[in-house]
Amino acid sequence: MDQFILQILNGLDKGSAYALIALGLTLIFGTLGVVNFAHGALFMLGAFVAVTMSKLLTLSHKVVDETRTDFLGNPLQVEVPYIYDWFGQATGDVIIDWAVPISIIAAIPVMIAIGFIMERGLIKHFYKRPHADQILVTFGLAIVIQEIVKYLYGANPIPTPAPSAFVGSFDFGVALGFDPNAIIYPYWRLVYFFFSIGIIAAVFAFLQFTTFGMVVRAGMADRETVGLLGIDIDKRFTIMFGIAAAVAGLAGVMYAPINSPNYHMGMDFLVLSFVVVVVGGMGSLPGAVAAGFLLGILESFASMSAVIDFLPGINQIIIYLVAIIILLTRPRGLMGRKGVMEE
Amino acid sequence: MSNSKFSRRGVLKTGMVASAGLALPQYLRADAHAGFTNAPGDSEVILGFNVPQTGPYADEGADELRAYELAVEHLNGGGDGGMLGTFSSKALDGTGILGREVKYVTGDTQTKSDAARASARSMIEKDGAIMITGGSSSGVAVAVQALCQEAGVIFMAGLTHSNDTTGKDKRANGFRHFFNSYMSGAALAPVLAANYGTDRKAYHLTADYNWGYTTEEAVKSSTEAMGWETVNAVKTPLTQTDFSSYIAPVLNSGADVLVLNHYGGNMVNSLTNAVQFGLREAQANGKNFEIVVPLYSRLMARGAGANVAGIFGSTNWHWSLQDAGSQAFTRSFGTKYGFPPSQAAHTTYVQTLLYADAVTRAGSFNPCAVAEALEDFEFDGLGNGPTLYRGADHQCFKDVLVVKGKENPENEFDLLEIVEVTPVEQVTYAPDHPQFAGGALGTCNPGA
Amino acid sequence: MLGLEKKDLRLLLIVIGLTMLAPFILNPFPEGSEMAQFNAGYPDLMQRFVIFGIFAIGFNILFGLTGYLSFGHAAFLGVGSYAAVWMFKLLSMNVLPAIILSVIIAGLFSLLIGFISLRRSGIYFSILTLAFAQMSFALAYSVLTPITGGETGLQLALDDPRIFGAAQTATGNIPVPALFGLEMRASYELALGNWLFTFNAGYYLAALFLILSFYLAIRIFRSPFGMMLRAIKSNQTRMSYTGLNSRPYTLAAFVISGMYAGLAGGLMASMDPLAGAERMQWTASGEVVLMTILGGAGTLIGPVLGAGMIKYFENIFSKINDTILHGWFAFLPDGLENFVVAIIHPFIGKGWHLTLGLVFMLVVIFLPGGLVQGGQKIAAMFRRKQPEDAKSKATEPAE
Repeated sequence: MDQFILQILNGLDKGSAYALIALGLTLIFGTLGVVNFAHGALFMLGAFVAVTMSKLLTLSHKVVDETRTDFLGNPLQVEVPYIYDWFGQATGDVIIDWAVPISIIAAIPVMIAIGFIMERGLIKHFYKRPHADQILVTFGLAIVIQEIVKYLYGANPIPTPAPSAFVGSFDFGVALGFDPNAIIYPYWRLVYFFFSIGIIAAVFAFLQFTTFGMVVRAGMADRETVGLLGIDIDKRFTIMFGIAAAVAGLAGVMYAPINSPNYHMGMDFLVLSFVVVVVGGMGSLPGAVAAGFLLGILESFASMSAVIDFLPGINQIIIYLVAIIILLTRPRGLMGRKGVMEE
Repeated sequence: MSNSKFSRRGVLKTGMVASAGLALPQYLRADAHAGFTNAPGDSEVILGFNVPQTGPYADEGADELRAYELAVEHLNGGGDGGMLGTFSSKALDGTGILGREVKYVTGDTQTKSDAARASARSMIEKDGAIMITGGSSSGVAVAVQALCQEAGVIFMAGLTHSNDTTGKDKRANGFRHFFNSYMSGAALAPVLAANYGTDRKAYHLTADYNWGYTTEEAVKSSTEAMGWETVNAVKTPLTQTDFSSYIAPVLNSGADVLVLNHYGGNMVNSLTNAVQFGLREAQANGKNFEIVVPLYSRLMARGAGANVAGIFGSTNWHWSLQDAGSQAFTRSFGTKYGFPPSQAAHTTYVQTLLYADAVTRAGSFNPCAVAEALEDFEFDGLGNGPTLYRGADHQCFKDVLVVKGKENPENEFDLLEIVEVTPVEQVTYAPDHPQFAGGALGTCNPGA
Repeated sequence: MLGLEKKDLRLLLIVIGLTMLAPFILNPFPEGSEMAQFNAGYPDLMQRFVIFGIFAIGFNILFGLTGYLSFGHAAFLGVGSYAAVWMFKLLSMNVLPAIILSVIIAGLFSLLIGFISLRRSGIYFSILTLAFAQMSFALAYSVLTPITGGETGLQLALDDPRIFGAAQTATGNIPVPALFGLEMRASYELALGNWLFTFNAGYYLAALFLILSFYLAIRIFRSPFGMMLRAIKSNQTRMSYTGLNSRPYTLAAFVISGMYAGLAGGLMASMDPLAGAERMQWTASGEVVLMTILGGAGTLIGPVLGAGMIKYFENIFSKINDTILHGWFAFLPDGLENFVVAIIHPFIGKGWHLTLGLVFMLVVIFLPGGLVQGGQKIAAMFRRKQPEDAKSKATEPAE
């Protein structure tokens, strides 16, 4: 029993990451009708906003320490962050420690700007082009973004820890009356879960309760009619693209402490996020979120050792297997709308 | 139709370019009288450095490439000579190999067997490389080794740790200096027993592919021989990035040690996840919970940051070793590039030197002569103490380092400290050891 | 002739000419010159050009004609190569049975996957094929290791129980794939002055298959069956209103293109007897999609060009390193030389991905019809036609 609760918890956490990435993707892919292979790259850029922030905060100047030597026997050059000079070591350490949360503030404008540039500079010209062209151009863009990041930061993962206040795990087991250590969960992952829920809720509220959101939803349903009403739907779609980029970026920033970011993390998530979006159903935001959670929970169950012993390799294929079953039983995924990307 | 099989442009470039532009078909039989693939001309010899330049191991590949460039420089008499001065064999004198200047070509393995073989074939067919070396994974090493056997050139393996490379997939033309899963297990187990006691229950998370299998088996059998019990061993997909669902159940499984049979990105992520779950501070069975990483790579450990502190593992070589060979190499590498070399850089540098030395001692580039010179060759001064290149399986036998993540690293290169240098006797095994069963070296193939 | 129209016959003859003369065309620079780096006329790369050409032609029969975008086509190539290597291990080193079996196995596998996946269309179809291919890859890499060799790939061993032919050669080595005694790796080398041209047996066998595949593709494109497939692409709903069940047609196209992929896989294993699981990963499936679109989807020659372009970048650009760059620009003054090398450095060697990504973007932005359209533009320029004319031509699928 405790094992199941543990894996449901795990699945919710995994699922919240999937849902968040899929949400951004479906805003572009399911509603603007653009197959955006660069969405993974946006997620990765978000994580590198966090990396950059912690690099900026630890920007250092060198002080030669004559008492110590480096590996070649020369006097050691100790790096002292500028921030120590400005705020003193104690405050400086606290600021550096909180680099990831601080970078959220930076990530929102940065990612929205990147989204705007992408949409105005490139994607805009591809709304009416065949999906094949969209794939080629966004895939090319994704490679270019990746390679630039690799050029700047190298190929290895870069540790980007969460603030030390969030190190360690919360013991749900004790709270629920199980043995200690039966159901533990790291604090930062709990933060990630609630953060995702918050972002998802905010996006839904924005689309549901604002006039802007109403127009966008109308535009998704019938772009031409909305255009005929004299509403500048193009401008709103640009803003939507910016929001989608920001959602992807925030998902990336918060993910950085969970897995050290590297330049190809976007590609790792790309295929998975397409599967999530399509399983959820094209053009459906709730579908994407539901599919994210569903696949996250099932993936967690499949990784239980009792399940693997029974069905070797099931943990390798569970997501794809579930995707196939859902798409065969429900023609348009969980909540897909008719006629979106069916040709 | 001629059966030249693999072309040998090296000669053509240097020796035969002068042939006048007569439009007469020329039947190339140069290899026939040399008797082997890509016999070099009189002035230069071409080596093929096949390393990952794209993909997750690109940084490791870049470090290998730096070491290769350094080795070529030293072989050609440039720089401070590095390990040439400390190497027990004095056949190399800084005038290239057998009087020929060493040139090299580079390629990208992408850490995919197909791409690695394509790149190696282009080096052999297009550039006339006489030896191929490099790689950062066992899948690639085994694939390229088989290709070199077929083509008739020598393969000097780079970073490959799976037992299979010199076990069931060994080849007569392939040689490995790097250590292997068995040696990791044999070196680690006594240290683990000494530090954590003999009454331990281990939980393995294993990468679900060949290298993971051999490592799990090696660590399992050597720790069980010390009295440990294996509670569970769970396979994790190669493409997994978030290991939370595998790590969450560990603490309540009755185990008090977690063994992460992961490498590269998998290792960074699983270790980071395990530390997030608080496993390092946890208690189980009345003992401190411990984590073990059988194969450490300093480059990759950097990705895990402070999470490696206090965690045991094994490594082939580390720049902080105090012997003359290691010091000489670290000094020349550090002077040229500004930071200390990784174990991948060390093994590839040493492999290049060993190859050059074997050619010189054999007095021939013929792969069969080179193989004979390498087989059962005993040497010292290359950083791991007295070493034997065993003829029966083409595996080097040398001391293995057991290391621990440093608690307070001084800089980003100073992540590991050496806990013990396990003597070679302790990690030596019989060529027909069950973990290496199956497969045969075959006979050396000179190609042509 | 051969049941082809004049225009198609000309195209076929061009393809025959290009493939037969490839050892000359791909080696334009003399040996030993600085430009020899760009020569692609060595057996491995020439083989890869035609093999991936076959793969892309097959993919295009499905995607170019019906518009169904399969994102899992690499699975058929992978299955084909596994079948071929098993044939080498168990039956004989002759490539013909291996290639035949790989086509059959890939055909059966694509029949199964196509039958299921074609119940959906559009993006749902793409994701179904992707899911099947990813499952094949994941299982082949891990739990199916006894059958597939897993991480290290399926390869020949010295103790293979080969029914026809010896397990080892006289010298104690593993025999190599051959066509009735003609080894696939056998080459004839022709030196003309400073030029060296390599004629490789394996390449010519693969090229022969490419020509056959290309001819078959022309026939399919021009047949009533091809018309039907195009009708499906343009309006499936209308087709179904006329009472026509389109599924058998799309399934046939899917299986044919799966068999093309199997042929490519079998040839790949014949040239180099090792089959790795990475061949089935989504990146490999994505690669053939990119090849087809890059060259020009729906055109006959486009996919072959796209395949050639991507493989050229992968194999030639990745091998250029800084030492070579310094060699090229050695004539410049030192400071300028270093500057030029520093500028080019990010795009070559380990940066070849960046160059490829930029090429993708530039092609799709400036040549919406792929490379074929670029070729037409150039051809139109030579024919001194009005630019408007070229434009109007480009909007139609160029065949």
